[in-house]
Amino acid sequence: MSDEAQTIPGLGAPADTEWETVVGLEVHAELATATKLFSASPNRFGGEPNTHIDPVSLGLPGSLPVLNEKAVELAIRVGLALNCRIQPSVFARKNYFYPDMPKDFQISQYDQPINVDGWLELPSGKRVGIERAHLEEDTGKTVHIGGGGRIHEAGYSLVDYNRAGVPLIEIVGHPELRSAEEARQYVSELRSILVAVGASDGKMEEGSLRVDCNVSVRPVGSDRLGTRCEIKNVNSLRSLGRAVEYEARRQIDLLTSGQPVEQQTRHWNEDDGRTHALRSKEEDYDYRYFPEPDLLPLDPSTEWVEQIRHALPSLPRDRRLGLAEAAPSVDIDHIALAVERSMDDLALAAISGGGAAERVMTHIVQNLADGSGELAPESLADLVGMEEAGDLTATQAKKVLAVLVEGGGSPQDAAQTLGFEAMGIGELESLVDNLIAEHSDEWSRYCDGDNKLTGFFVGQVMKATKGRADGKAVTQLLNSRRG
Amino acid sequence: MRIGMGQQRITRAECAHVAALARLELTDEELDRFTGQLDELLDHVAEVEALDLEALPPTMHALPIANLLRPDTPGEVLDRDEVLAQAPFAEDGQFRVPPVLGEAP
Repeated sequence: MSDEAQTIPGLGAPADTEWETVVGLEVHAELATATKLFSASPNRFGGEPNTHIDPVSLGLPGSLPVLNEKAVELAIRVGLALNCRIQPSVFARKNYFYPDMPKDFQISQYDQPINVDGWLELPSGKRVGIERAHLEEDTGKTVHIGGGGRIHEAGYSLVDYNRAGVPLIEIVGHPELRSAEEARQYVSELRSILVAVGASDGKMEEGSLRVDCNVSVRPVGSDRLGTRCEIKNVNSLRSLGRAVEYEARRQIDLLTSGQPVEQQTRHWNEDDGRTHALRSKEEDYDYRYFPEPDLLPLDPSTEWVEQIRHALPSLPRDRRLGLAEAAPSVDIDHIALAVERSMDDLALAAISGGGAAERVMTHIVQNLADGSGELAPESLADLVGMEEAGDLTATQAKKVLAVLVEGGGSPQDAAQTLGFEAMGIGELESLVDNLIAEHSDEWSRYCDGDNKLTGFFVGQVMKATKGRADGKAVTQLLNSRRG
Repeated sequence: MRIGMGQQRITRAECAHVAALARLELTDEELDRFTGQLDELLDHVAEVEALDLEALPPTMHALPIANLLRPDTPGEVLDRDEVLAQAPFAEDGQFRVPPVLGEAP
């Protein structure tokens, strides 16, 4: 009986170290153009339903698509930033019947995508292969009405075509990610790159960046891929991590209890924290791709591609290297976080303005999570300088920083307004001497080596100064008085 | 390699599958007729396939041009009321359609 209990899913499954999670991601990003991929109605999030529509995005008879030059340029920027080969490409029709595409097909790139064979480097230095990054059009949005809002009980659906025809780039990565955390890092890095090159605003919450994850598991050491499931509806980095973890666990539980993993498309449900089967491989769609006869092949000239390459901004990876050079003693995760928050320029300016690198980075990582607001780099450098000089305690510096973020200005002024007057060393010395006289018993025990009493004296000083004193300076002072 | 004429290249079941994908409802008689016609088409394709075309690039388009692009400049949009007036059903500024089951493919 106890042996059998070992195989009950989720209870006694073998240790996770015996299994390896394999993840491959498909990321769709809406390109930041002014107009749609094949027509001139605006590409804009939100707006009254069906107000960004034209004959092409409605698929009206006789309308013809014409490719948006800017969308091609942005796609090439993405391809170059992902180290892809830019090649001649062809658009194809992907045929399916669903009301989100009024012409009953989606124009995409199929066997000849614009970008192929690239890679993306994670902050850890690991490179993940990119199979392709191709152009396609987005679909409209459907809302289900009636039946309590549940899809399968819906009375009818309403369709808004504002999003139909918005340019997308679909970036297909190789299944080279090995954990939920790596998957999260990959999407985070990809998003930073897309934002850096101006290709997308990268907003997952508005659906301009969408992630489908293919998850499988295999015994550690195996070089064969297990049966995979595709997870849809992952709308944040946090859900991505949770969804991959849940799905890998589900598959491991199936396999360890002797059941096979079925190839399926599954839907992530944020509320119950589980994935649910949508359809199995047998129901997989047959899209009957064929070349789109209404569009000409795309063959960007070498000159154009090179021109785009030279205009590319500095990429997150290079920015991390730059900041790491300026702050060599700072942890790489903190460097990556600063770049992810686009605060590396602030950090570099504050450091080159004389701010001690470690303190600058501590503020950026711990105290500026919600943005730097009105904070000027030189003010950050000055603030750090005041901390170094012992004019401000860490707690006080944090409060001053909040004021600077809110309304700008100099840290000196802010400290004064907050009543954080610098405590002169003379003032501190006389305070400590008085305390020693008042607490002679404690003092002699401290002098005999009872270091626990450091806390007692520091606490007394803090009480007397209402926290204005620098704890480190007090400790040093006590030590020097002890002799 | 060329398969001899008269050998069936598409089965009736495959033809029915293709028809289902295109949402076509065919009678038994139509299914027989179209299976035969598709078979003839595939015979013709097989003739082309039998040629040695190794050195020829594929023809992607009848026109020998590429890169027809338009500037990213917003143009006119359609009037929503006028468009929705032509739809079979509309509600709240949107197209009203039969219930959509499941997620987009």
